[in-house]
Amino acid sequence: MNLAVREGLLSFRRAPTLSALSVTTIAFSLFAFGLFGLVALNLRQALDQVGDRVEIRGFIADGTAPEAMSVAVEDIQQFPEVAGVTLVTQAQALERARRELGEFEDVFEPGLLPASIEVRLGEGARSPAAVRAVATRLAAYDFIDDIRYGEEWVAKLYRLRTIATAVGLALGLTFALVSMIIIGSTIRMAVLARAKEIQIMRLVGATDGFIRAPFLIEGGVKGLLGGVVALALTGATYLAIGRFVVQAAFFGPLLAIAGILAGGALGVLASAIAVGRHLREVR
Amino acid sequence: MIRFTRVAKTYASGLPAIEDVSFHLTRGEFAFLTGPSGAGKSTVLKLCYVEERPSGGEVRLLGQSSVLLTARKIPTLRRRLGIVFQDFRLLPDRTAAENVAFALEVTGASAATIGPKVLRVLDKVGLKAKADSRPHELSGGEQQRVAIARALVNDPLLILADEPTGNLDERSTRGVFDLLQQINAGGTTVLMATHDLQLVRASGLRTLEMQRGRLVFDSGAGRAGTPAAGTEELA
Repeated sequence: MNLAVREGLLSFRRAPTLSALSVTTIAFSLFAFGLFGLVALNLRQALDQVGDRVEIRGFIADGTAPEAMSVAVEDIQQFPEVAGVTLVTQAQALERARRELGEFEDVFEPGLLPASIEVRLGEGARSPAAVRAVATRLAAYDFIDDIRYGEEWVAKLYRLRTIATAVGLALGLTFALVSMIIIGSTIRMAVLARAKEIQIMRLVGATDGFIRAPFLIEGGVKGLLGGVVALALTGATYLAIGRFVVQAAFFGPLLAIAGILAGGALGVLASAIAVGRHLREVR
Repeated sequence: MIRFTRVAKTYASGLPAIEDVSFHLTRGEFAFLTGPSGAGKSTVLKLCYVEERPSGGEVRLLGQSSVLLTARKIPTLRRRLGIVFQDFRLLPDRTAAENVAFALEVTGASAATIGPKVLRVLDKVGLKAKADSRPHELSGGEQQRVAIARALVNDPLLILADEPTGNLDERSTRGVFDLLQQINAGGTTVLMATHDLQLVRASGLRTLEMQRGRLVFDSGAGRAGTPAAGTEELA
């Protein structure tokens, strides 16, 4: 294995131009993938933020005993779909309305606005069906007069999310596939450039595994280097966008490391396919 | 050592390259394989080092039968052979010593044993002083000596040489041939394809002559192929 590592790394010195070309190609195809990932990440975060506002509001009938309300709040808190429950008393409702709609301050009189229970839903429970289910259970309390949760809006948001996920998945797979094809043909060039060497290795009795090993290492290293360059390019683009266009989110450290490792894995995989194909063809 | 029994080889193009070839080479022999270009000499050698498989008949080599040999066993078989080509097949970006070491490295030999062994065979072929030269810095004859050193470094039982002097001038040819004879004197069997009839006649060694894919003459026929010789191939 020692030898395989040495041979794998020596290939960079023996064919510096081709190696640089491979790394650049890998870097740019991963860069394209990284940019796409960045867009997907930000889109997702934006949708999540909007999703945080999915809320059910149950209006409480006048004259309900405060104890009944707090029992209900505790009850609702136990629903698995529920992320948080807030009780808004009549006084608080009035206070909030005055603050939010300052110019109509005089219109609001004490007792005009009903008390309400505001229910925020967990991330997994924002589909229209889940929201409706919680709303129905809420309506079952007999002191609840009315329920509001913007049914149409929830449905729209949900559809948008589904579309974003599907498009993201399709684009992501396409990008990954294109990257793999490009990386695969680059590595194949490296393999073909060393066809003579492979032939000689075979004649002196090298096993296929022995021939393959340096190429896998070479491909892995190229992939990792490509990943690092791609991450740097994506980072630079992100900073430029942040400065001149809009503040956005960037990959966390785990995702960044995963991206580099994915580059390495892609390199190994592409090499394995390219060498395997070559070894079969020239047998 | 080598036994061909009614061996035929037809390539994908459909034309038979060799047909009904039978001969037997015993341990320690030196034999020439002669004939015009296209007679099937290279095919015979390729069948020996299993680059090709026979379409008919059986090739037995170092106790292995072509009928039973699996692809996985080919590398181990080749490590016991030394193969030399007309075009040397050296790696241009490596020194003479590295080219020779290459053949040992693929067998998984330890670094400690490789160095001394490489120098010993380079010494044997008279190129110890040029161990650090790259192929383009060497003459044709010297490059072929490096190739022979590479073939020798695994202590092969058999050397297969396909027109090893085909690209060399008379003096280098003589040198390479002498070297192969010297190796043969050490007990290694040598099968050398050539169309240098002068060399063949002057040597008085066993000659197998091919024409249009058939073995038309074997100066050693009758001598080889005896039951006593047959037992030797299990070595």
